[in-house]
Amino acid sequence: MAILETQNLMKDFGGFVATNNVSLQLIEGERHAIIGPNGAGKTTFFNLITGHLTPSSGKVIFEGKDITGMVPHKVVRLGLARSFQRINIYPRMTVFENVQVALIARDHNHFKLFSLGEPHNRQDTKDLLELVGLDTEALEIAGELSYGKQKQLELAIALAENPRVLLLDEPTAGMSPQETDEAIELVDRITKERGLTLLFTEHDMSVVFGISDRISVLHHGEIIASGLPDDVRNDPEVRRVYLGESLDGEGH
Amino acid sequence: MQGLEMLSNPTFFVIQLLNSISMGMNYFIIAAGLSLIFGVLRVINFSHGAFFMFGAYTCYTVSEAWGFGFWPGVIAAGIFLAAISVFLERTLFRFLYDKEHLMQLLLTFAIVLIMGDVAKVLWGTDQYSVSYPAALTGAWNLGVTYYPSYRLVLCGIGPVILLGVWYFTERTRWGRLTKAATQDREMLAALGINVPVIYTSVFLIGSALAGIGGALAAPTNSPVPGMDVFIIVECFVIVIIGGLGSLWGSFLGALIFGVVYNFGSVIFPNGQDVFAYLLLLVVLLIRPWGLFGKPEQA
Amino acid sequence: MLACLIVLIALVALPMSGDLHAMDVTVEIMILALFALSLNTLIGYSGNVSFGHAAYFAIGGYTNAILLTTYHVPLLIAMPVAILFAMVASMFVAWFCTRLTDIYFAMLTLAFSMLVWAILFKWREMTNGDDGFVGIAMPAFLDDRVPLYYFTLAVVTASIGLLWLICHSAFGKVLVAVRENRTRAGFVGVDTRRMRWTAFVIAGTFGGIAGSLYALFKSGMYVENAFWTQSAQALIMTLLGGMYSFFGPAIGAATLHLLEILTNRYTEYWPTVLGGILLVILLFLPDGMVGLAQKIQSRFSRNGGAN
Repeated sequence: MAILETQNLMKDFGGFVATNNVSLQLIEGERHAIIGPNGAGKTTFFNLITGHLTPSSGKVIFEGKDITGMVPHKVVRLGLARSFQRINIYPRMTVFENVQVALIARDHNHFKLFSLGEPHNRQDTKDLLELVGLDTEALEIAGELSYGKQKQLELAIALAENPRVLLLDEPTAGMSPQETDEAIELVDRITKERGLTLLFTEHDMSVVFGISDRISVLHHGEIIASGLPDDVRNDPEVRRVYLGESLDGEGH
Repeated sequence: MQGLEMLSNPTFFVIQLLNSISMGMNYFIIAAGLSLIFGVLRVINFSHGAFFMFGAYTCYTVSEAWGFGFWPGVIAAGIFLAAISVFLERTLFRFLYDKEHLMQLLLTFAIVLIMGDVAKVLWGTDQYSVSYPAALTGAWNLGVTYYPSYRLVLCGIGPVILLGVWYFTERTRWGRLTKAATQDREMLAALGINVPVIYTSVFLIGSALAGIGGALAAPTNSPVPGMDVFIIVECFVIVIIGGLGSLWGSFLGALIFGVVYNFGSVIFPNGQDVFAYLLLLVVLLIRPWGLFGKPEQA
Repeated sequence: MLACLIVLIALVALPMSGDLHAMDVTVEIMILALFALSLNTLIGYSGNVSFGHAAYFAIGGYTNAILLTTYHVPLLIAMPVAILFAMVASMFVAWFCTRLTDIYFAMLTLAFSMLVWAILFKWREMTNGDDGFVGIAMPAFLDDRVPLYYFTLAVVTASIGLLWLICHSAFGKVLVAVRENRTRAGFVGVDTRRMRWTAFVIAGTFGGIAGSLYALFKSGMYVENAFWTQSAQALIMTLLGGMYSFFGPAIGAATLHLLEILTNRYTEYWPTVLGGILLVILLFLPDGMVGLAQKIQSRFSRNGGAN
C-alpha cells in the first residue's frame, strides 16, 4: 500500500512550470530515489510535499489523508520529516540544543512555559546524537562544525521527529567521498532499524544505485521513468536525458 | 449627529475635501521620501521626521529671519537637508547597511535624539510663524466657495512631485540602477557600477523631499520643537497603508489619511488621531502588506 | 546565581540606610528593569523587534490608576485587572503583528502603540488627556516610601523569577530556535506564528506589570508613557545591556537611568548624550555590555591559559 502519494502534482511559478503532472506512489518501507539533472524540479517537488509550497493543482496524500497545502509544521506532525539540500540548522545554538528543540516539539512540550527546558528529553537527545555519531560534539556551536558534521546534525534533527517517511534532499551534497560513505551507511542502517520509508534526491549515482529499491527520473518537472534500478538504467529516454553522464553504479 | 448634517452642506463638504487633499499632498511629499529610501535602502528612517522639522525651521530662517521670501526658503530647505543627509549617509548609515534592521532603526533614532537637541540650540524652543508667499496670501473663487490659494497650490504640487519621482525611478537610467541595487548589490558592483553613490543619491533625494515637505508645511504648521516625532509616525501610517516602498501607495495612503483625518474630525471632534490608526488596522486586516505592497519573501 | 543573590540582599537591605532618594531611584530602576526584561522576551528570545512596547506599560499603568482612583477599587483587584488588560490588549495586537515579520512587524507594533497613545490622549474624561492622570488614591498599606519600596521589590522579583523560568523553559528553548531559524523550526513541527504570538503576550503582560507599578510609584500616569519614544528608550536599555543574555536588559536599564540622572545635573541635553551612547553601542558594542564583558573575560582566560 502507498504510504505517500502525489496525484498529478503541478506547480507553476508565473508561467514557469517547475513540477508538471507528477504522480508518484511511495510504498511503505521502500527507499525511493528521485534523480534528474540540475533544475529538474527535485527540490520544488519536495517543497510541495512538505507544505513549504502550495501546489497549483494536484494532490498530496499521506496515509490515505489529503495533505495538499497543509502548513509545514502540521505535515511534520503527521510523520513526514525532511532534511534540506543547503544546511538548515540553528547555527548559533549548540549541537545538543539543535536536536533537543526538535524533540521538545515532537513531544508537544514547546508551549510549556514553566517547566525547565534542561531536563526535557536529555536522554533522548543523547541517544540520538550517539546514533548519528555526534555525541562528542554535543556542546559545540552548531555553526562551527565541519560541513559533513552539519549534514549529520541535519539528519539527526529530521530523525528527532520520529517520522515514518523521511525526505532527504541531497544528503551527501558537498561531502568528501569518505563522508559520503559514512553518511550513506548511517542512512542505510537507521532506515532499516526503524523501518522508515525513504524518499531522497541525490546526484551521486553510486549512492543512488547502491541503496534504492526504486528510482524515478525527473526531467523538466516531469517524471520520465520510474521503476527498479535496472529498468531505469536501461531506459532509452533516461539515457537520452543523461547523455554523456554515466548511469553505471561502478564508474564515472 | 451634528457633524454629518454639516457635511450635507455642499460648500462645507467641498472645503473639507480640499482640506483633505491639501493636507494629504503635503504629507505625500514627506512620505514619498520615506518610501523611496525604504524601497532602495531597506532602512526605516526615523530621522526623516527630524529632516522635516529642520526643513520647516530652515524655511523660517531664510524667508522670515533673513527676509529672502518663502520660495527661496523652500529651496534652501531642500538643499540644506540634502547636504545634511549626504553627511549622515557618508559618516554613519554606510556602516549599517549589512547589519540587522534593529540596528538601523536605532541608528536613525539616535539621529532623531541628537538633531532634536541641535534644533533647540539653533532655534530655541519658541514657536515661529511663517507667512504665506506674497502672491498666495488670498483666496481663490472656486464657484461654490472661496478657498485659500496657498492650499490650492499645495494640491497641485503633490501630483507634480509624484510625477517627478515616478519619472526618475521608472524612466531614467538612475532609476533602473536603484532598482537593480535593491535586487542584487554584488552583481551591480561587479558590473562596475558605483553602488555607494547610488545609495547616497537615493538618500539625498528622499531627505530633500522631507526638507521641502517641512518648508511647505511651515505656513500652516508652525515650526516648534517636538514636531518631528509626531510627523514621522503619521508618515509611517501613510506608507504602511500604501505598502512600504510603493510610490503610488504613498500617494493614495496620503490622500486617504487626509480624508480620514479631516472628515473624521468633523464627525467626531477630537477623534481624528484615533481614526487614522483605526484606518490602518482595517487596511491591514484586508491586506497585510498595505494597498500596493507585495508580500515579503519567505 | 550568586550575583543575583547579592543584588537581592542589597536591595532588601537598602531601606535600612534611610536614604529616601536612593530608594526612589532604585524603585524606578527596578520597574524599568522589569520593563526592559519583558521586552527582551520578544526581542532577544523570539527575534521580533517591537517598537511599541510602551503601549502595554501604559495600559497597565492607566488601568491601575483609573481603577484605584476613579472607581475606588482595592489594589488587590485593580492591579490584577490592570495586568489582565495589558495581556488582553497584547493578545489582540499580537494576532495582527505576528502575521508579519521583521520591519513590517516593527512598524505595526509602532502603529498600534500610537493608537493606544491617541486613545489615552483624546479620552480626556477618563484619562485627563495630556494633563496626565495625577494623584492616585493610594491604598493605605502602601502610603509610605518604605512599604512601596518593598511592595515593588516583591512584585518585580517575582515577575523576573517567572520570566527567567519562561525563558529557560522548554518553551524558551524552542523560542530561541524560532529566532535562529524560523523555517527550520517550522519543519520540526513548531507552529512558529503561535510561538511568536505567545512571546508577544508574555512581553505585553509583564510590561503591564511594570506599568501598573510605575503608576503607584509616580502616583500618576502621563500620555508620554505611551509615546513611541518611550518604546525606543526600552529598546536602547535592552541593547545597551545585551539582548542575548537574560539579565542584560536589566543591567542596561540601571545604567541608562543612572546616567540620565547624572547627565541632568550638568546639562539639559540628555537626548544628545543618549543618542551618543546609542551610536557607540551600535557601532562598537553590538552585543551590549554583557557581550563586552564576556569578550573581555574570554580574552583574559585565554591569556591565563597561555601563561
